[in-house]
Amino acid sequence: MSLDNFLSIAPYSLGHEEKEKLLTNRLLEQTTHHREKCPEYARILDAVGFDAAQVTTPADIPFLPVRLFKELSLKSIGDDEIVKTMTSSGTSGQAVSRIYLDRETSSNQQKTMVKIVSDFTGSTRMPMIILDCPSVVKDRKMFSARGAGILGFSIFGSKRIYALNDEMQLDVEGLQEFLEKYSNQPILLFGFTFMVWQHFYQELVRLREQGVVFDLSNGILIHGGGWKKLVNESVSQEEFHRRLQDVCGLHHIHDYYGMVEQTGCIYMQCEYGHLHASIFSDVIMRRPIDFGVCEVGEPGIIQVVSSIPESYPGHSLLTEDEGILLGEDDCPCGRKGKYFKINGRLKNAEIRGCSDTYAAKFG
Amino acid sequence: MRRYGGAAIPMQQSLAKAPEGIRYLVGNREILEHMERSIPKKPFADDVLDFLNEVSRAVMADPRARQYSDVVTFAFWIRKGSTSKLREQYIQKDGNIRLGRGVAFHIAPSNVPVNYAYSLVTGLLCGNANVVRIPSKAFPQVEIINNAIQKVLDLDAYRHMQDYICLIRYGREQAINDYLSQICDVRVIWGGDGTIAEIRKSPLKPRAGEITFADRFSIAVIDSGAYMSLADKHRTAEDFYNDTYFSDQNACTSPRIVVWTGSKIAEAKQIFWEELHAVVARKYQFQSIQAVNKLTSAYLLAATHSGITVVPHADNLIVRCVLQTLPEDLMDCKDNSGYFFEYDCADIMELRTLCNDTRCQTVACIGDTEMLKPLLETGVKGIDRVVPVGKTMDFDLVWDGYQLCERMTRILRLS
Repeated sequence: MSLDNFLSIAPYSLGHEEKEKLLTNRLLEQTTHHREKCPEYARILDAVGFDAAQVTTPADIPFLPVRLFKELSLKSIGDDEIVKTMTSSGTSGQAVSRIYLDRETSSNQQKTMVKIVSDFTGSTRMPMIILDCPSVVKDRKMFSARGAGILGFSIFGSKRIYALNDEMQLDVEGLQEFLEKYSNQPILLFGFTFMVWQHFYQELVRLREQGVVFDLSNGILIHGGGWKKLVNESVSQEEFHRRLQDVCGLHHIHDYYGMVEQTGCIYMQCEYGHLHASIFSDVIMRRPIDFGVCEVGEPGIIQVVSSIPESYPGHSLLTEDEGILLGEDDCPCGRKGKYFKINGRLKNAEIRGCSDTYAAKFG
Repeated sequence: MRRYGGAAIPMQQSLAKAPEGIRYLVGNREILEHMERSIPKKPFADDVLDFLNEVSRAVMADPRARQYSDVVTFAFWIRKGSTSKLREQYIQKDGNIRLGRGVAFHIAPSNVPVNYAYSLVTGLLCGNANVVRIPSKAFPQVEIINNAIQKVLDLDAYRHMQDYICLIRYGREQAINDYLSQICDVRVIWGGDGTIAEIRKSPLKPRAGEITFADRFSIAVIDSGAYMSLADKHRTAEDFYNDTYFSDQNACTSPRIVVWTGSKIAEAKQIFWEELHAVVARKYQFQSIQAVNKLTSAYLLAATHSGITVVPHADNLIVRCVLQTLPEDLMDCKDNSGYFFEYDCADIMELRTLCNDTRCQTVACIGDTEMLKPLLETGVKGIDRVVPVGKTMDFDLVWDGYQLCERMTRILRLS
């Protein structure tokens, strides 16, 4: 079995039972593969006494905390097979995840993403505005999460323009020209949530004051990367949508949830504001106290499983995000599978102890 | 117009002005600026013992105090009955005179509420004037103790003690560290390696001394036979909880590993962890991220070492990693909030590498401590104290391998 079985199926077409069967088999196959190829992973499974014969659902597959990928180089391929290394976008000074890809996994990420996103945008390619700067994707061997997202989504663009220059300034003339040339047809916009807000929306507000107005009512915006920074600025999702529509008429807006550790398997937001799991992957909300599986409506730590990773043991991961499962197979948008929402990052622990954070505060 | 008390001293050279940015919780700027001229007392002076006894009463008179076991323990420790015993124990009767060194500058750890108070009292008992940087977090314990100190300092009988106490808060200003380091005769740094490195950027006077409490780890050694014969295993679980979870298992004194000896290990383990779990489930304030953190630590250890078993538990309150051997880098893999290494030990000498680490501080013990003697006598670089389980947090004037009274006093040799 390989990912090909999945690629021939429409990404939101399987109900609970069919999907569970397909995904369990694939995840078991990946688990066995990584146990053979990645010694660190094998030692972890040994330490918890994992027995593949006991697995009946995806929830039975052990999950690795995502932070392991920051501390260790985990890979199931030889160094000569690495075609790309992707890193998470940690803030400065923080350790970043390093994810190693071979040709197969990298290509499967791309194929999966096309299947998922096409379900929302249609399969025709569109003129595309990338709400970022070109330098993010300069190095084609080392990718940050931002660069990987941009390259991944670029495939949906027939013609592409970067909205920002490397000084993070909006290219007003270039944009005007681009929009004029492709007026009266759908335009795809892609960017990271905070970049969209900081360097696009706020710039549009400023330009409007000077009488320069953009019409993006034909646009479809896909954005991801998390709300943490916007929550700090007290911008809710609703407000984000309202303000963008207000400033440039943009009203097709899809957030997505995804992470560099499972690139390709993104969770797109539907017209009803719900994040959706495709057949390629799933979310399992876990109770913090015992990692038991949460009921619908009960907040928990998000575990993500993905059918893609073969070059690194990242097919079952415990994130540090909290989410709530809203339902399965019955979203009014018609897509099957689980749908959910994100509450945000887990709070940092407040820990007592003699060795303190005094020095860190000096920093 | 002198606000500060004490005897009149002729003017010496002018005193340096204290920098801005200091908040005075007890004491004030004038007292701090004149602290260098305070008169050192003899250790365990009567008026200091009386003063502390009054503070103890004032603490206990605060209706909030009873809620905080750490506050009650502190109040108990500074009663005259208790400090007189310390005097008996630590006063040297060799005919020499001992005096406080002068000004003691204490940097307390930011996340242990009462530690600052123990440091202050040690400085007072040794006859010093004390300026203490206290935790920036608004712990209720700090407020209770500070209120009590202030109340007693306002009494006529103890007004003279005002010159000996400044409790302050400030941020990260090196200028303030510099100033306080320049006026002090002994500097006491709690808070671990990072804090020590930071504070050491501020030079001391040539004759000034320093006591540093670096990053340490502690261990528990339990003789399974002795444990099985304990009548009240629930009490032992409470004791071990206080050694560990009470400070999020993140104090230097918190055992990180449980080493089992003797012939009843399997049965002892089962009861020990069950009993502990019952206490933790009842008392511990569990935070979601701790589940993720402990799983990460367990898997990191397992990924990088062979022969690790992560013991299955019904929940995430206790995470245990059983080891086949004791790897040299074990304590680089430690975590807190209920994360334990566990090792079955056939020969106590197997612990030598672990205990030969200068970071190794306390051995919490159940059973005859004689079993440790062969190990201790090999000349290990670690282990400053061996105490019964439940007593790891008990403060003593010998701490971290230092005789604090010796470090904070000066000897006038009379021959």
